[in-house]
Amino acid sequence: MIRALFIFILTVGLFQFSLAFGVSPDEMLDDPALEQRARNLSQELRCVVCQNQSIDDSDADLAKDLRVIVREQLLAGQSEAQIKSYLVDRYGEFILFRPKFSVHTLMLWIGPFVVLFLLLGGGIWFYRSRSKGVSALSDKEEQELSDILRVGSEEPK
Amino acid sequence: MRRFFFFAPIVLFIVLLAAMLWGLNSERDPGALPSTLIGKPTPEFSLPDLHTEETVGSSILTDGKPKIVNFFASWCIPCLAEHPLLFGLAKEQEIQIVGIAWKNKPDEAKAWLEKHGNPYRTTLYDLPGRTGIDWGVYGIPETFIIDGKGKVALRHAGPITPDILSKKLIPLLEGLQQ
Repeated sequence: MIRALFIFILTVGLFQFSLAFGVSPDEMLDDPALEQRARNLSQELRCVVCQNQSIDDSDADLAKDLRVIVREQLLAGQSEAQIKSYLVDRYGEFILFRPKFSVHTLMLWIGPFVVLFLLLGGGIWFYRSRSKGVSALSDKEEQELSDILRVGSEEPK
Repeated sequence: MRRFFFFAPIVLFIVLLAAMLWGLNSERDPGALPSTLIGKPTPEFSLPDLHTEETVGSSILTDGKPKIVNFFASWCIPCLAEHPLLFGLAKEQEIQIVGIAWKNKPDEAKAWLEKHGNPYRTTLYDLPGRTGIDWGVYGIPETFIIDGKGKVALRHAGPITPDILSKKLIPLLEGLQQ
């Protein structure tokens, strides 16, 4: 019984997952090549309402409007770059899942590598300094040591 | 070097603490999008008037007096929450508010304004929502303050609260009106 229920839930879950697309059939373009370009582009564009979904996935009203705009502009012969800049003009670079490489996105792009570099560098430095072991005494230290030992071994006068 | 290793964890801890305090600040909305229009002229538009159906262009925003543009809709609950504040704002600040009913059928917008009162000097409607998209609207209500020359001075996304009104909108409006 429990097993049947489990299988049922799993099946329903998988089925729903396969339906989790925002694109509805009436939005789709007749030309399959152009439609594929629209799909690819939509997956690169963030839904500004639901922020962690692309407009291709999102069911939000505004995402639908933006999908329609993407398709209209593709039909009008606009390139992907032109459509992206149209949307960036309105919503800012936040709408791009892969923002352009520039000064204010520098930390976003190279930040993880900086952290990785620092950690690796720190790790290497740490292990090296540990494995070096105890260094030999300097001449001055040697002298001091023998002075102390001499004091201890000398007979009181 | 030894001194560096003694202080490094303390410095790291303070940096982390500052970052976390910044993250906990309840006035910061991580989902808020900055408007791309600040300091720029408003996008051109041409929309029908809700009551007269006459076409109104973006030139109504460039008559030399600052204005407020407020995107609303009858289906929008937070719009109802901020609605009473708009009356006081229009009256006390002597400012003209242009209302744009966004993705809203004109009949429904009209009925809503009749029921709750109309604080707008001019009310337009944008049924397809394209003007809103040109303005970077991503969820209404959204309020824009326009200076006398038709440039966007401020955008507030979300409902206006008494706090936002007195801290953000009114000081800016008073500055613009001087």
